[in-house]
Amino acid sequence: MRLGVLCRILLLVVFLSSCEDKDDNLQQYTATPAPLEVPQLFEDNILPPVIPDDNPQTVEGIALGKKLFFDPILSLDNTQACADCHQPENSFSDPRRFSVGIDGSLGTRQSMPLFNMAWNFNEKFFWDGRSVSLEEQIFQPVTNPIEMDNTWPNVENSLQDHADYPALFEEAFGSTQIDSVNVSRAIAQFLRTLVSANSKFDRAELGLEPLTPQEQNGLNIYLDEGRGDCFHCHGLPNNPLWTDNIFHNNGMDEIITDLGFGDVSGDPREFGHFKTPSLRNLAFTAPYMHDGRFATLDEVIDHYSEGLVFSETIDPLMKAVSTGGVALTDGDKADLKAFLLSLSDPSFINNPDFQE
Amino acid sequence: MKLLKKIALFSMTALVFASCKSDDDGGDPVANTTVDFTFTQNFNGAAIANSDYETTNYTNENGEVLTLSKLVYLVSDVTFTAADGTVYDAGDYNLIDARNGTNVNFTPGIEIPQGDYTVSFTFGFDDEDNDLAGGYQDLNSSDGSWAVPDPLGGGYHFMRMEGMYTNSIGSIESFQYHTIRANSHTTLPPGPGTLDELIDTSFVVNLGTVTIGADTDIEVQMDVAEWFKNPNQWDLNTWFTVLMPNFDAQMDMNENGAGVFSLGTVNQN
Ligand code: HEC
Ligand code: HEC
Repeated sequence: MRLGVLCRILLLVVFLSSCEDKDDNLQQYTATPAPLEVPQLFEDNILPPVIPDDNPQTVEGIALGKKLFFDPILSLDNTQACADCHQPENSFSDPRRFSVGIDGSLGTRQSMPLFNMAWNFNEKFFWDGRSVSLEEQIFQPVTNPIEMDNTWPNVENSLQDHADYPALFEEAFGSTQIDSVNVSRAIAQFLRTLVSANSKFDRAELGLEPLTPQEQNGLNIYLDEGRGDCFHCHGLPNNPLWTDNIFHNNGMDEIITDLGFGDVSGDPREFGHFKTPSLRNLAFTAPYMHDGRFATLDEVIDHYSEGLVFSETIDPLMKAVSTGGVALTDGDKADLKAFLLSLSDPSFINNPDFQE
Repeated sequence: MKLLKKIALFSMTALVFASCKSDDDGGDPVANTTVDFTFTQNFNGAAIANSDYETTNYTNENGEVLTLSKLVYLVSDVTFTAADGTVYDAGDYNLIDARNGTNVNFTPGIEIPQGDYTVSFTFGFDDEDNDLAGGYQDLNSSDGSWAVPDPLGGGYHFMRMEGMYTNSIGSIESFQYHTIRANSHTTLPPGPGTLDELIDTSFVVNLGTVTIGADTDIEVQMDVAEWFKNPNQWDLNTWFTVLMPNFDAQMDMNENGAGVFSLGTVNQN
């Protein structure tokens, strides 16, 4: 294990030191490095976080990103911040089924909780994977007409004219000249610090706290191919992300209206595929699914148990679809739910570093 | 041994990263060489391309018509045995996603002298690799987790083949042909304490003798039809789902696996 860690450090060193000469003169200013703290369970089990070479984590960058995230200045009429649709107490999701944009218009997708995004190894963001990096993702809500409805020149001007921002950008990136790229970099740095790894289940894995027999049995159902078989998409205890970050059709609609990932890829075999969400923090993230159709976890479990419907692109892991599913007993459903809730992490939503 | 494997893998990766130095020392004509592998898939000889997934109907030996959605498999311990008995084993592993084409090209992290070798590899992980303390971060991070749940004995999947077939009453049903280490239980469903016996169902595939030159590429073919054929004619109607804790199914998969892989084209570039 130790050796594994050593090897990875070595690898990182080799990686960072190779080909360094090419951007020597871009490195005039360096903010204070603030390497991401990798939780023990992540360190032991999964690959290191994805941090782009051109946007290292820094104290000043993270602080700036946080300020921007909570600041309505990014929206056209100064009324809406990222945090309005990504609220800390909801694990940075939105309790409304569809978020409301600055002009009152409703989207067609549910907001997404934000955590552990540095470990999205495929780097496909949004329900439909249309963004290929966190930095790129951030460009979208700002100009989306049903969200913040702004333009980047406008954002740059308001930030440039602001009393504090030019100095903060200088501290973070070495220049008072504000541009959209640095806005997205700062916010991405902040988003990468949103790490959730302290649920009851995590502590049980670390031997700090026992699961109840009910939670334990719920895990067993989750892992049982004949009942839950949730793990083939949502992962196992040795993948503390609780998602594969891959796109699937989990059998919700006979007729697919929102093409999801298929709309982005153009492949009809992917129509109606959406990104598997993490099962962490479900206690705070209702409603559920890409369109927020289920208000409670019970409805979600009922869906997998008896509500499955067939469509061409349904995933082969969805079983007994002709009868709606494998029909879990009430006892199994209750235990499965107890296990799912053990993956919620109250210390994450209460973390003072993540509050406005 | 295990540590060596890991070090070999990591130093290999380090080499790749460090290789942007562009200081090719293009001299030594008898330098040791790496060997490239290309993994291809077919159904009874018909090549399976990305466009065939979910669209092309295949008929298995038992007569069921099926389509494939997913085909991901693990190979490990590619080994080169020279005529004098010297064994070169890179000791690394490769997870191939046939549909997406991920890792279909693989170069084991070992350099060997040019010459004739018997080439072999392991399908899946043998027990030694499967039970490696601490596991594999990259495999845990693949496909949600390529690992096998603890109640089934832990370790890793060898293959996930998934798709749809038309069952005996004419309706479309899904199948999940997942190969793992065979595990039997005192009672089912499996749970903590039900595990009775584990049998290593990985197997060694011998590709025969290959001449390794300066830049050799070896094609390894998988005939998917063989998984359903020989010696056990597979009836999807009975064995289509919950096969991981099905001891007999895993033993049959292991037997059928013997005919699945073969040596394809060898290119001397
Ligand atoms: C009007 C509500 C709204 C606002 C404002 C908003 N978002 Fe979102 N956010 C959403 C919705 C809805 C989705 C899912 C959209 C989809 O998948 O099509 C989303 C998705 C995301 C995701 C993808 C997460 C993942 O795991 O794939 C990120 C990251 C994100 N938002 C960050 C931000 C940031 C940063 C801002 C501010 C610059 C912001 N959002 C502003 C509603 C909003
Ligand atoms: C084939 C892969 C797959 C399997 C197996 C699977 N899920 Fe999902 N799950 C998904 C996808 C994809 C979504 C999002 C679907 C959408 O919004 O269209 C999802 C959504 C969810 C959500 C909603 C989370 C949120 O934040 O909105 C929960 C809860 C959930 N699944 C639990 C389970 C449970 C419990 C099981 C086992 C009974 C299970 N899943 C099996 C792929 C899967």
